[in-house]
Amino acid sequence: MHPAFSVIFFTVTSGAGYGLISLLSLLNFLNLGMLLDKNTFFITAGVAIALFTMGLISSTFHLANPKNAWRAFMRFRTSWLAREGLLAIIFYPLIILYLFLIYIDFQIDQYFFMQAYSFFIFLVSIIIIHCTGMIYACLKTIPQWNTFWTPINYITIGIFLGSLILFFIFYLNGVDVDPYKYYLLSAIVLSFFTKMSYYFSIKKHTHNIRQATNAAIKLKSTNVRLLDVGHTGGTFLTDEFGYKVAEKKLLRVKLFSIFFGFLAPFALIYTHIFLFESIIICFIAICFAFLGMVAERWLFFAQAKHVVNLYHGAQNV
Amino acid sequence: MRLGLVVDLDKCVGCNACAIACKQWNTSGTSGSLTDYRPYGADPSGVFFNRIRHYETGNYPDSKTVHFPMSCMHCEEAACVTVCPTGASYKREEDGIVLVDPEKCMGCNYCAWACPYGARELDREEGIMKKCTLCVDRIYDENLPKEERKPACVMTCPTTARYFGDFDDPNSDVSIASSKRDGQELFPELGYKPVNQYLSPRKKVEIKQHEISEPDLVRKVKDWVNKVVEL
Repeated sequence: MHPAFSVIFFTVTSGAGYGLISLLSLLNFLNLGMLLDKNTFFITAGVAIALFTMGLISSTFHLANPKNAWRAFMRFRTSWLAREGLLAIIFYPLIILYLFLIYIDFQIDQYFFMQAYSFFIFLVSIIIIHCTGMIYACLKTIPQWNTFWTPINYITIGIFLGSLILFFIFYLNGVDVDPYKYYLLSAIVLSFFTKMSYYFSIKKHTHNIRQATNAAIKLKSTNVRLLDVGHTGGTFLTDEFGYKVAEKKLLRVKLFSIFFGFLAPFALIYTHIFLFESIIICFIAICFAFLGMVAERWLFFAQAKHVVNLYHGAQNV
Repeated sequence: MRLGLVVDLDKCVGCNACAIACKQWNTSGTSGSLTDYRPYGADPSGVFFNRIRHYETGNYPDSKTVHFPMSCMHCEEAACVTVCPTGASYKREEDGIVLVDPEKCMGCNYCAWACPYGARELDREEGIMKKCTLCVDRIYDENLPKEERKPACVMTCPTTARYFGDFDDPNSDVSIASSKRDGQELFPELGYKPVNQYLSPRKKVEIKQHEISEPDLVRKVKDWVNKVVEL
């Protein structure tokens, strides 16, 4: 699949934004939020909102007819894209009301209401990341996406990036980050292992050219091969689905994304916690993680092979 | 009603007349235009509703060329309609034709991603997804004589390899052709229940190949003499 930068940017930043806000509301739910001063709390929430808003705006850049983008919420009963869009829009009044209630120290039933609200925000933000993942995972035509690991990856990576930013902001504002250090390291490890499981699960080809044509050609024992694709130039189909990258380059990007996305942030955060405390190390870890995740998302697209390639001469996808 | 096409792969000669007739009719039809990019440039490209690919199968001398026209299959379980977030893609209840409402489409390409047959193509100039309409602006046109109320591709096919009709009607051209020749769906594994069907090429008579036997003594002597004479 053709990797569009706007979509890569959208999935990475909105994932990080919703991951961050989910962690913040989870802290409140677990009564750990009261340890934060309001300043830190609102800075964190602001960063999260900025992140997913940038992501959502960027997602409209790949539309060929953006003036109809407002219609994208209509078919939420069947379409994951509409569900994602609708929830993302509904989330704004929810989060603004939530922040407002916290701002005025709203108390009712001895904060039971606020706790329930925090949990609700946590749940909705996770569901939004899940919907983003399902946009890709629901497509039976792209076997590399059509796996349950896809939404899991989106969620774990969103939480991982959110955790890094949360840790950084807390540290910057002098919050005691000691209780969160093992949590942060385990979030990196978890997202690493789920991503590796994904790579492992997509190793095998699932469809071949015989499946695509033989039901009709019905010469099951013999090989089918493309003789002529029927057009002299490129078409929408070859541009959109025929994106080909050398295996070597894919491997290089994969190693790059694993190193910068998971190994380097882990090593840097480990250094920061146990060996040499420095805010610069934390910041570099965030930059590396985002760089690695952009590469990871690029790979997610570049590696995906649409079944229509079988009609264009690919022997398997 | 379940309107659709049957394509006879034994009759199709891969002449592309259907693709051209489709383009000619539909570029000024309800889903028009079928924009061309750089039509006289070095790398011309453009929107088509119907594309013909050519395959070869089997090994010499039992090889066979199969011309394979593909357009929208008007699936019963149309994934392109399911995934469309705006409701621009829809399947008509009355005849099962899958269409795009250009007023609603936002050009997100998601439906094209969901289609295994490559039936949908984005018109980059208009920013709207385009696809085969089964000539919906032709098959119901009462100004046309009855025998011409067929999709342009079916009308034009010089070898009559294409049939059009209602699969729910057992006496329609498509139902008869399909039941006689065991019509096949394309890529049934994906479960989209495509309506269009293909008639497989009939089995060819196997071509006998003769083994070249070991040369006998006379032959060997003749070969030897020839060699000596050549020297």
